[in-house]
Amino acid sequence: MNIDYLLSNLWLAIIGFFLLYYAVTDGFGLGVGILCLFSKKNEDQKMMINSLVYIWHTNQTWLVVVGGMLFGAFPLFYSILFSALYIPAVIMLLGLLLRGVSIDFYEHSRHMRFWAVTFGAGSLIAASAQGLALGGLLGGIAVRDGCFAGNVWDWANPFSFMISLGVITGYITLGCNYLILKTEGNLQKRVRGYAFLFSAITIGMSAAVFLGINLRYPQAGQKWLNMPEMLYMTVLLVPTGVGFIMLFRSLHRHQEAAPLFWNAATVVLGFTALSVNMYPYMIPNVISPVTIHEAAASRKTLISMLAVMAVLIPVMLFYTMYTYRVFRGKA
Amino acid sequence: METLFNHVMLSRLQFAFTAMFHILWPVLTVGLSLYILLEEIMWLRSGNKVYYQQARFWTRLFILNFAVGVVSGIPMEFQFGTNWSGFSSAGGDIFGHFLGFEASMAFMLEAAFLSIMVWGWERVPRIMHLLATAMVAFGSSLSAFWIMTANAWMQTPAGGSFESGRFVSASSLEAIFNSDMPWAVSHMWIACLEVTVFVVGGISAWHLIKGRRVKFFLRSFKIVVLSAIVITPLQIYLGDGSGRHIAKTQPTKLAAMESHWHTNAPDEGASWNFLAWPNKSKQKNDWAITVPNGLSLLITHSFHGQVQGLKDFPKEDQPPIWLPFYAFRIMIGLGMFFFFLTLWTLWVWRKGRLKPETVSGQTMLMLSWIIALPLSYVAVESGWITREVGRQPWIIYGILRTSDAASSLPSYTVGGSLLIFALIYGLLFFVFLFFARYIIKRGPE
Repeated sequence: MNIDYLLSNLWLAIIGFFLLYYAVTDGFGLGVGILCLFSKKNEDQKMMINSLVYIWHTNQTWLVVVGGMLFGAFPLFYSILFSALYIPAVIMLLGLLLRGVSIDFYEHSRHMRFWAVTFGAGSLIAASAQGLALGGLLGGIAVRDGCFAGNVWDWANPFSFMISLGVITGYITLGCNYLILKTEGNLQKRVRGYAFLFSAITIGMSAAVFLGINLRYPQAGQKWLNMPEMLYMTVLLVPTGVGFIMLFRSLHRHQEAAPLFWNAATVVLGFTALSVNMYPYMIPNVISPVTIHEAAASRKTLISMLAVMAVLIPVMLFYTMYTYRVFRGKA
Repeated sequence: METLFNHVMLSRLQFAFTAMFHILWPVLTVGLSLYILLEEIMWLRSGNKVYYQQARFWTRLFILNFAVGVVSGIPMEFQFGTNWSGFSSAGGDIFGHFLGFEASMAFMLEAAFLSIMVWGWERVPRIMHLLATAMVAFGSSLSAFWIMTANAWMQTPAGGSFESGRFVSASSLEAIFNSDMPWAVSHMWIACLEVTVFVVGGISAWHLIKGRRVKFFLRSFKIVVLSAIVITPLQIYLGDGSGRHIAKTQPTKLAAMESHWHTNAPDEGASWNFLAWPNKSKQKNDWAITVPNGLSLLITHSFHGQVQGLKDFPKEDQPPIWLPFYAFRIMIGLGMFFFFLTLWTLWVWRKGRLKPETVSGQTMLMLSWIIALPLSYVAVESGWITREVGRQPWIIYGILRTSDAASSLPSYTVGGSLLIFALIYGLLFFVFLFFARYIIKRGPE
């Protein structure tokens, strides 16, 4: 394998790691936000928001890191993706904005109910827009001469809306499992019930997405017929299934930390399987898909970023873990 | 009308608006975190509770300001992809990895330690808390460093070559140490400190006039006055240096800032336009109030130094003149005013009129400090207008034109998002002022 291939693969893995870290941690943050919207009692809302207030911001920052890294390592992807997904991207930014200021104003204001609702609305808007963007990408983006060549509304199709729904339920599931860890009493009991329901829906949704992708893109479907790709897929998907079983088991046994752990494991494994399924295409479409190697930055840039990140990633993980530790315990 | 409503112009307006809104917050984040760090160090050294109260009070304002900075900052990063896809794919190799460094080196550090700085007072040992505050301060300054480095690279691109429509990196270090970087970073960083001086000073002055918590706010007032002694003249010096550097690296920008049309002959000096009425279609000033040899003196520090005029460049390479010319003058005027205000305050202090029992008599001085608070932001905005409009018609100076860098989106999408941003940011600004007023009015515990 030549060095450019190796570098772009490595960078795909690094950014994938950041993205999954974001999806899990801000996923439960956005999920809790959405749950806030449906919570009638002020004390419950307060407990939910308190469980997030110290860490949501660090979690969200991983999105900024993903953005910056993508921009640097895959500039072509960055430029095509966001110009194609202009509308969902702007909606997501506005949702994050609403959520971010709401949680900060919540503390200062006397109208806590109002800011809790805007917090929830912002979370729901951001989550659905992320789902629409993911759907827009997986559904295919028209590309000509390294530029987006489609219509700004291309993402608006049933497939994207289904994925968006899947992302929302996925985030709610993460949110429930996070609240199981961070709360107690009645609220904990209630979210445990929701966790069962939403986990089940998420499984169905994820299976549908996989099926859709494999039917749509012949190169993805082929992976099931060739070795060793078939082996990779199996090695990733079987543990995903096991993870779901463990998730239900831990919920059933009323464990507190295990549900979040198993839920995170299924997200990580499931999305890794999805990327392997799509590999080497970064921007899929039926006519002229863009591979990760075409989208990657120059060798110099990838090496220089790699040198810096090799030092930085452990440091970042260390101090973010330290923050989690300082604010551990029930909300 | 057509040019006003095409997607390039709308994307420019949207970026200008969101950037001008965003910059309001990080300038204070950078400076105020250092101020809080200073108070916390003094508290730990002396054990005096007043310093602790100072740190706690300003932290409340800090977090509110920080929150708006973050939510308005995220759209900045993503707009390069959404609205400037031509720039992202052409310049991403360098520019993108700088933004990546900013996010992972600086912003993450800031974000993670912020929680401990704001809510960790009772949860971690004092020394750990000090470390957290220091990391937030360091992270925000480092963030400013990377953003300014990335922007400086757009002014004086280096570290690679432009090949088949794409800037390919040859050396990250050369790109980082592009020639504008030292000036850009230092001028902006000092601007952050200067804004903080006038925010802390202005809020303190307001309380001093009202005679509330006089001892507390006299202390913060005196600390910023002392720092202003260094900061205000240093900023004038850095501004002068930046200007002379721009004359060498971006002659069209300098000529636009000064509305200077004709390159002066070797045996005569270029005059400085104090005020002028630039007329781009006639390629001259309709009228101007000038200082003979002034521009040569300012730029080259000699009477007959040569300064290139706009007419040396084809019309399509000339930036707009009005905005850089007047924004530049507003910035300079304010820089001088801040320096003068510092001197005036020192004089009053020396006369012994800055004591708890005498300070309430200094109404004029205190009012000037209150007015200086919004004006310090005006100075920052005018500086940015000068810098960015002056770079036009280029997005990467001399390499990529702004019009070639915009995503080809239908105008109504960009117009729509611009409208929504304007609406929401406007609302956000008023909600911020409402809560900030509440925090400031309540004062320290």
